[in-house]
Amino acid sequence: MLNWISFHRADIAAVIIIGLVIAFIWSIYVGRKETILRETDEVFGDPERTKGGWYWAVCGMSALMLVWFFFSWGMARAYFPNAANELCQIGKLNEAVSPIKATLPIESRYYKSTDIVVRNNEQLDALYARLPADAFTASEIAQLDSIYNTSKGLITLYSDPANLADEALRQFDAVANQLDGISDRLRAGPDGLVPSAEASDQPPWGVTEDEIPILATSPRGVLFDNVAVDAAVIAKSYTSVRNMPDEAGAMIADAKADIASLKDANKSSAFDEATAKTRNDYLKAVERIFRRLDDGLIFPAESLVGVHAAIDRLDDAIGDAKGSLSFVDAVFMPGEGVVKSRTICTEQGSARWLPKPTDVIATLGRLANPNTDEGGGFKGTTLLWWKWLAIADVVDFLIPDGLVDMLPGSYGTHDATGAFDPNYKDKLLAFASGEVSLGYVPMLDGHIWDSLFRVLVALALGILIGVPLGIYMGVSRFFKSFFDPMIELYRPVPPLAWAPLILTIFGIQDDGKIFLLFRVVFAIMWISARTGASGTQLSKIRASHSLGASNRQILKNVILPNALPEILTGARIAIGVCWGTLVAAEMLAGTTGIGFIENVARTVSDYELIWVTILIMGLLGLAFDLFMRLMIAKLIPWRGKG
Amino acid sequence: MADLVCSDLCMTFTNPQTGAAVEALKDINFTLKKGELLSVLGPSGCGKTTLLNVVAGFLNQTSGSLKLGENEIKAPGVERGMVFQQGALFEWLPVSKNVDFGLRMKNEDKAKSAELVEKWLDIVGLAGFDDTPTYQLSAVMKQRVALARCLVNDPDVILMDEPLGALDALTREKMQSLILELWKETGKTIIIITHSVEEALLLGERLFVMAPRPGRIHKEYNLPFAEQGLTTSLRDIKQQPDFGAVREEILTMIWDMEEEIMSGA
Ligand SMILES: Nc1ncnc2c1ncn2[C@@H]1O[C@H](COP(=O)(O)OP(=O)(O)OP(=O)(O)O)[C@@H](O)[C@H]1O
Ligand SMILES: [Mg+2]
Repeated sequence: MLNWISFHRADIAAVIIIGLVIAFIWSIYVGRKETILRETDEVFGDPERTKGGWYWAVCGMSALMLVWFFFSWGMARAYFPNAANELCQIGKLNEAVSPIKATLPIESRYYKSTDIVVRNNEQLDALYARLPADAFTASEIAQLDSIYNTSKGLITLYSDPANLADEALRQFDAVANQLDGISDRLRAGPDGLVPSAEASDQPPWGVTEDEIPILATSPRGVLFDNVAVDAAVIAKSYTSVRNMPDEAGAMIADAKADIASLKDANKSSAFDEATAKTRNDYLKAVERIFRRLDDGLIFPAESLVGVHAAIDRLDDAIGDAKGSLSFVDAVFMPGEGVVKSRTICTEQGSARWLPKPTDVIATLGRLANPNTDEGGGFKGTTLLWWKWLAIADVVDFLIPDGLVDMLPGSYGTHDATGAFDPNYKDKLLAFASGEVSLGYVPMLDGHIWDSLFRVLVALALGILIGVPLGIYMGVSRFFKSFFDPMIELYRPVPPLAWAPLILTIFGIQDDGKIFLLFRVVFAIMWISARTGASGTQLSKIRASHSLGASNRQILKNVILPNALPEILTGARIAIGVCWGTLVAAEMLAGTTGIGFIENVARTVSDYELIWVTILIMGLLGLAFDLFMRLMIAKLIPWRGKG
Repeated sequence: MADLVCSDLCMTFTNPQTGAAVEALKDINFTLKKGELLSVLGPSGCGKTTLLNVVAGFLNQTSGSLKLGENEIKAPGVERGMVFQQGALFEWLPVSKNVDFGLRMKNEDKAKSAELVEKWLDIVGLAGFDDTPTYQLSAVMKQRVALARCLVNDPDVILMDEPLGALDALTREKMQSLILELWKETGKTIIIITHSVEEALLLGERLFVMAPRPGRIHKEYNLPFAEQGLTTSLRDIKQQPDFGAVREEILTMIWDMEEEIMSGA
């Protein structure tokens, strides 16, 4: 079942997208109707207004999902499942002709030959302008001048079409003809072509790690794939053409001899170090430029016009053969499109780092599988499941062994027969160190639970300590002045600044993180309880006094309920901040938790996994907040109405 | 039950920053017999609230003495109930829990408390509102709850600081009748502070007009209107010529004082 869903994820996405579009349009329709209905009898600023309408929530969510589907190329995959594969075949063809295109002013501004000529001329002139005359002898300078003249002469020689060998011209004509042949085949269309059995067996786009199937799966794809093979051969014959006029051979040989003799002269160690270095460097520069002239890769511009025109025709033919694919490519695949590199085709654009919603759900489903042996969970831990927890382990964690050491008496010793009879202290020690089996209780387990557990424990501790302290600080001079400076000093420090210290002291296990979070929660709870307590109206307290309430009773019955709205708001903020801090703390250290998953995903650039963790964090944060909103509505209905 | 005796009472506020002293009350002398109804009038800032706060025990006087029967007043106590200008109700509690607050603090018997709450809610006209949250009540209803909350504790003296200040003319009149009724039925000593001359005349067996800087009792009246109000409609009383005469006299007095404050400032 799961496999079926995974395999047909594109079709499922197609249905979902249609649903989203309908939801989007329908919610706008309903929303507009409601707004028009109410506009007349509503006052701006009326609290009723801020309640909004669920239809706008539907509208926003479906808009977000549609944007997500679009930029992740999810729409392209849902409705044009073959597009990526066909574009991949076109990618192969482009890759095949790219050596030809590289010599022509198609992707660059100039012919490659023009580039070489201009650059060499510039460099030659610059080099001879700074000839170190005192490092060379007069005869050597004459030799260098001759190399310069030869180089310049070669450039002129190559550039003159009259000198181009007929053989080279014929080869260019042949290349242009063959390219036209390919164009014709593309225009003829894919009739009669069928994908190979091997290609048809490939999993569809996006189901496996390889994302886009590489073998052509449609007739059109086969056509592109076939011509790509031939185009590669043509490109090879094109790049083997050389422009080597007869005179050039003698000139090159002369210059080479000059360079060789100069190099020989350098070897005889008659120069001081500085001069030798100057000579060596200069000679190397001369040779480097000359090397670019002796391989016959400079052609007269007009000799390439035929091939250039053929390539243009081929591009046109590709465009025509692409047909509707161009539209899909331009509209539904924002970014560069499908690119073939080495042995794979990849999605280049927003889809590279933004996985499709269905893929994220699929990865989430894989992680959520509680069976870790089947590949579920992450790094051997489930996402959210349950396990049997030994009560003894909890006892071990809660009761320090040192406590038993402090009890009166001493531990038992072995007797004369070598037997050991444990006394009460030995037994207590066994209990405290979790060696006594106390049975098992079912307990939640997994990465999500680990994160949740840390947040909840920290929250509970922070509230239990922060709220009473805050309330006392709100009403008592001693508490306020005694604790104010120390708390205000630590509070502004960002929680993560404490992280290295706390992780060193407490270790990377739960207690360190819980303590880190506790500090965050504590500060927030303390300050909100304090604000709430000190904001109690004096008249209420005076009224309670006249009604005979004692200070303690006032604290419990008047000040605490009065501070409750602030306390709950504080708790709501604390949960949010806590959650953010936790993930960061888990990224620093540890082996479980949502932050840990994201940290691993980051190091291996697994974007799907990163988005899964982001999704989980967002959903849990949302759940927390909804819960708190419910609590606030239930617990303090009087808020803002007193 | 005893008389409230105030002798040479002074209350001076010192501004902690400037050290400037404000004589909010100076040499206040009066004796209020048990069951008397006193209303206090005066221009703004003449020390009315301060006087009430001292009597309630929220503030301690700078000098002079203040006694309720034999007991020196030093701190708030159940024998002096207070009704504030704006309810000061506990909005997190429903009506009945607000009313029995004092009883709960004293750990009174539950059944007895419930009975008392019923009785007083009935008297102030809020029967059946036991479980209504106070934030859902109207301003008048809130003041009624505050009144019930104070009375259920059975104080000797009831102190009210502009209890009807936030109400409109019509409901105000109803509340005035209610206060007069309560006064007659319970026979409690009541001090009521108000800004309205008419209200002071209607709700004052005795009436103090206070003057500012230093805060003192400028003039005292003994009036028949409160007694009449128990039997005659309040609107008829207001039509009486002697009512009008006293009202004009006091209005001119306060007007002059306000003029003086304005020009002096
Ligand atoms: N806590 C305080 N600290 C300093 N001065 C105070 C304080 N409370 C009141 N005062 C001053 O004492 C004087 C009397 O104030 P009080 O509140 O008693 O006036 P009031 O007669 O109740 O005025 P209103 O009619 O406006 O309520 C005023 O000048 C005020 O500025
Ligand atoms: Mg006042």
